[in-house]
Amino acid sequence: MRIETIFEMTSPCRDNFRIQGYRFGEGEKTLAIVGAMRGDEVQQQYICSQLVNRLTMMEQRGEIVRGKSILVIPSCNPFSMNVSRRFWAMDNTDINRMFPGYDQGETTQRIAAAVFSAINGFEYGIQMASYYVPGDFVPHVRMLKTGYEDVETARLFGMKYVTICQPRPFDTALLNYNWQLWDTKAFSVYAGKTDRIDRNTGNETLDAIFRMMKRTGIIHQGSLGVAYDSILIDEADLLHIKAHHAGIFCRLVDAGSRVAAGESLAHIIDPYNGQVLSDVKSAAEGTVFFAHHRPVVFQNALLFMIHVA
Amino acid sequence: MIKTIVSTELPIDEQFRIRKNVIQHGRKDGLRFCVVTGTHGDELEGQMVCYELARIATERIDLLDGTLEIYPALNPLGIDTIQRGIPNFDLDMNRIFPGDPQGTMAEQTAHAIIEDIKGADLVIDIHSSNLYLRETPQVRINVQNSEWLVPFAERLGMDFVWVHDAATVLEATLAHSLNSTGTPCLVVEMGVGQRINHKMCRRLVRGILHLMQTMGMWKDSSIDELPNPLICKGDHVTFLNAETSGVFLTELKCGVNVSKGQTIGQIVDPLCGRVLSTVSSPVDGYLFTIRAYPIVYEGSLMARIFNLPC
Repeated sequence: MRIETIFEMTSPCRDNFRIQGYRFGEGEKTLAIVGAMRGDEVQQQYICSQLVNRLTMMEQRGEIVRGKSILVIPSCNPFSMNVSRRFWAMDNTDINRMFPGYDQGETTQRIAAAVFSAINGFEYGIQMASYYVPGDFVPHVRMLKTGYEDVETARLFGMKYVTICQPRPFDTALLNYNWQLWDTKAFSVYAGKTDRIDRNTGNETLDAIFRMMKRTGIIHQGSLGVAYDSILIDEADLLHIKAHHAGIFCRLVDAGSRVAAGESLAHIIDPYNGQVLSDVKSAAEGTVFFAHHRPVVFQNALLFMIHVA
Repeated sequence: MIKTIVSTELPIDEQFRIRKNVIQHGRKDGLRFCVVTGTHGDELEGQMVCYELARIATERIDLLDGTLEIYPALNPLGIDTIQRGIPNFDLDMNRIFPGDPQGTMAEQTAHAIIEDIKGADLVIDIHSSNLYLRETPQVRINVQNSEWLVPFAERLGMDFVWVHDAATVLEATLAHSLNSTGTPCLVVEMGVGQRINHKMCRRLVRGILHLMQTMGMWKDSSIDELPNPLICKGDHVTFLNAETSGVFLTELKCGVNVSKGQTIGQIVDPLCGRVLSTVSSPVDGYLFTIRAYPIVYEGSLMARIFNLPC
């Protein structure tokens, strides 16, 4: 394992900002893994720390296939995590919406450019991602539909779901989108949680990443766990359930729960008198793919996404 | 007449509302002119412009022939919490248009705004830079719409019209979404975030009334012709980014000509008392943007200069 500095810059009054990369194996650029891009992605940071830990031991045991190299960047944004801010603290810009970056541009464009320069040209790319709507997911692999998305390789993770979605204009500056356009088979892996560490979903995600590495011939061995025959879904086909009322949100089911048609998923209660304003029900039988997790909700907020089956 | 275009419950005893003031006089089937602002909660110049327009149009309603609609706060929660974006929402509101009636609350709101505004004969979308940059009064137009929109912009009395390239992410702005529906929309930038420059606001109010006058909507013969703006078409803007992190010190304001080699400011190290780098102009040109917030990182935008023809 070799540690290298991907990017470093001075700051006006803090320590230098550094992005560190961990390289394993030798030879062709096979797999790059990018961890926390935002300051609240602690689950993603945790998973990358475990990846580096395990890969270090595997390399010592000769379990990385000869001629294959792996790069792990556990954090692209340590400054924001250190001050509990999701985005770049100085101007609130999102590094993950600055790709492919510009090395003569603004600060977060330069950070994105340095990261992209380090990870460009790899055959496979994995980003430990989080979603712009707050909530919990069933761990899954997600890809933007660019025409280059590789569903068959995504299935090799053996996660329960592989999802695809149509990119909107604001998605065209995401890492996943640009990685695909530059010929890397790119996968965004959603590890269930974002701002807290869940070791169960974290370990499930780690197993999935090592499973993919084994199945694509990057490593000889791996603790593979139980694999799913992944279900491919287009996010537009998920059943979206919204809040008819605002109020205190009492969730009755978690992401991954199997629910019946008509089953109560949550109660929204009046914050003053405790009366149930809305009994949120599933309109169909299926699996809860996404569940809102903030304790209060706005009217019309997205509460659940159900995979109907 | 005050109309509510969006009304949604908030969790605790509050209604989220976006409202507009519809001022109508003369021909009911006449032209419709919309002034919108407050998409970014830290940009406040539009508040004074809306106030002045509402006051003048109400006091001198006899001069109006058509409908003036004023939307002062498209992002009321952002304005109230001194946040650029929508509280508890990741995306910039001006990157989610035309919205989605099935999406998040912010996307539903964006959809409702577009549905309400579209069909207007002209829309002015007022911005005021952000906390970090100071801008000379200017109109920004996507190159795809330049032939259509520059003639409107020339009548607004601003210093500068910047016809810029079409970036894909900008397809999700309010202006682009309206222009795509055939509703002409001009984006005005001026001043600096979280402050109101009265002089600039009065200029824009005068410019809007002048534009309305030329469209036959404002019957005030006392408004004189306004000076023509500098118009920048094509790739003629120089961006200056910080070479070092530090504290930026400058005596310059934007809206002035600068010469090649002229010092714009210095980035200094307060701990050791030394100059880390000097920001200087690489061209003869018109300085229309300058850094306002002094703390900078490598790459922070320091200035934008329109390269004046030799």
